Amino acid sequence: MKKENLIQYIYGIADNALILGQRLSELCGHGPSLETDIACTNMALDLLGQTRSYYQYAAQLTGENITEDDIAFLRTERQYKNVLLVEQPNNHFGYVITRQFFYDVFHLLLLQELQNSKDITLSAIAKKAIKEVSYHQRFSSDWIKRLGGGTEVSRQKVQEAVNDLWKFTDELFQLTEEDKSIIESGAGADVSLLKEKYYQIVIEVLEEATLIVPELKWFRKGGKEGVHSEHMGYLLSDLQYMQRTYPNMKW
Amino acid sequence: MKKNWPLWEVFVRSKNGLEHRHFGSIRAADAEMALENARDVYTRRSEGVSIWVVESKNVTASNPENNGELFEPAQDKVYRHPTFYTLPDEVKHM
Amino acid sequence: MSEKEIKNLEEIFEQRIARDEKIEPKDWMPEKYRKTHIRQISQHAHSEIVGMLPEGNWISRAPSLRRKVALLAKVQDEAGHGLYLYSACETLGISREELYEQLHTGKAKYSSIFNYPTLTWADIGAIGWLVDGAAIINQVPLCSTSYGPYARAMIRVCKEESFHQRQGYEIMMTLAKGTPEQKEMAQDALNRWWWPSLMMLGPTDAESVHTEQSMKWKLKRKTNDELRQQFIDQTVPQADLIGLTVPDSKLKWNEETKHYDFGEIDWDEFWQVVKGHGPCNEERLSARVDAWNEGEWVRDAAMAYADKQQKNKIKKAI
Repeated sequence: MKKENLIQYIYGIADNALILGQRLSELCGHGPSLETDIACTNMALDLLGQTRSYYQYAAQLTGENITEDDIAFLRTERQYKNVLLVEQPNNHFGYVITRQFFYDVFHLLLLQELQNSKDITLSAIAKKAIKEVSYHQRFSSDWIKRLGGGTEVSRQKVQEAVNDLWKFTDELFQLTEEDKSIIESGAGADVSLLKEKYYQIVIEVLEEATLIVPELKWFRKGGKEGVHSEHMGYLLSDLQYMQRTYPNMKW
Repeated sequence: MKKNWPLWEVFVRSKNGLEHRHFGSIRAADAEMALENARDVYTRRSEGVSIWVVESKNVTASNPENNGELFEPAQDKVYRHPTFYTLPDEVKHM
Repeated sequence: MSEKEIKNLEEIFEQRIARDEKIEPKDWMPEKYRKTHIRQISQHAHSEIVGMLPEGNWISRAPSLRRKVALLAKVQDEAGHGLYLYSACETLGISREELYEQLHTGKAKYSSIFNYPTLTWADIGAIGWLVDGAAIINQVPLCSTSYGPYARAMIRVCKEESFHQRQGYEIMMTLAKGTPEQKEMAQDALNRWWWPSLMMLGPTDAESVHTEQSMKWKLKRKTNDELRQQFIDQTVPQADLIGLTVPDSKLKWNEETKHYDFGEIDWDEFWQVVKGHGPCNEERLSARVDAWNEGEWVRDAAMAYADKQQKNKIKKAI
């Protein structure tokens, strides 16, 4: 197993947590109720905490003198390996919840596999994160049901988000070359095998929420190869603003 | 008439062996959400191992105007307390 | 109730407070006590949630992951504190929605300090250090205020806030020790936030309308001027320690009084901001109004869903 592959593999997982955490934290102070605001921030904090664990490990693996922040803030857009789903903007709360739900279901399945990783650090991070993400999935599923089964307006709004974000779900199961080598070594989780289970869970919740499951057969991908949507550049200009404007300083 | 999320009272057990204690209140549309909101608001610093929520309207409270008849009659029942009884000094613990 | 009876109740009530007894929600209380408490507690709650906005600006731009999670947790705490305080206020017979309505229509006030902009990362340090510092000075005495729910909320708030000021001071210290550019950023933030922080402790005693009554009800323990002096006395050495200069040429240690003498506060500016002419009054209020309005369909959905679930349960039971 090549070390560089493992590092890229870790970025693939950690960047999802970073970017989704970043998106959620944009909401802080603007949520639909104080309670919901606090809940979404809790998820953001969980995700950013996971991000740090992964990056600290990746930084250590490089054997160079770099930190979690170099990884988080100083790569170019093409070097971020997160899926397109997590970088999609907070158009309205329906999008926030749907994006979260679509990712949570995948995230939990992934972690359940990753906890068996031969890499003890990855396994330990996954074990800790499973508890957090189980709660996220419970939270987002509950809200999908509320919005779907709530009022006519809410049903339309969440359906709009489901229709819009559905096309990003298939990418979750795509394998990059680095992924394949890490799976082979026993350190990684083969996400391509999670697809059936994923859609089964997602569809069950959508149906319970009286939402229509999109019949789309055409999916978007690219994030895992570092080819992002146009939203990503703006997100990164916020995220990286300080480190780029004032390079090489301690904060 | 527009309905707002009702108010819920939150009780948290800080650790096993202790009772649930009233921590405060939150707004939530249903019991499930009330539990989640209570968890997110009141246990951010690992303050709890168990939560109860009860919709505030279901709490029946005594009226302080009746405090006289409710609570004062207990005040002169001093014989319910150990200090009411005299013991010889030699008996240190009882 | 006759006037005489009310008078009598009021006397008993004041005596209870003087004896350090707590007043609880269902206890009889003078209408003025209720109103004053609704005003003060809700202002306090509004300040917490409006206060999320200037700092919230910098969550997405925080310079390191460590700083990002700390700031996020701090701003989230403010939401929590707003919530505790709204809940305390609700025990006085007014709903959170009514309180929001007062905020959104400009009828209720919040702390004017949040109408100043956060322009650089150092402002996040300055807010934590100075604004939270001043807030703590205001808040600690409230932990023993006479109204039970308010006192309990404040105990929780003060306990949680203990990391907020440290977080801010640590940011300032790091900047002050950093590159010349960073130090300049810190000094600039101190220059901009110093005077508004002093104003945060309220108008001078001569101008303050509520002080005497508030003292009696333990809503206040010290006068505004005393609190301000306390804040200055504790903060100036902290600035010295990290090599920053408090922007007041008249600031000087007075060996006789054992306090710092300080320059004249620009009260015109204070009243202008209070009246709504601060740099960010409109932005802050509209951010709150937008969040509330845009969240309406979400709150309605949850309520409608809960009602449907309830009806289904009853149907099943039959």
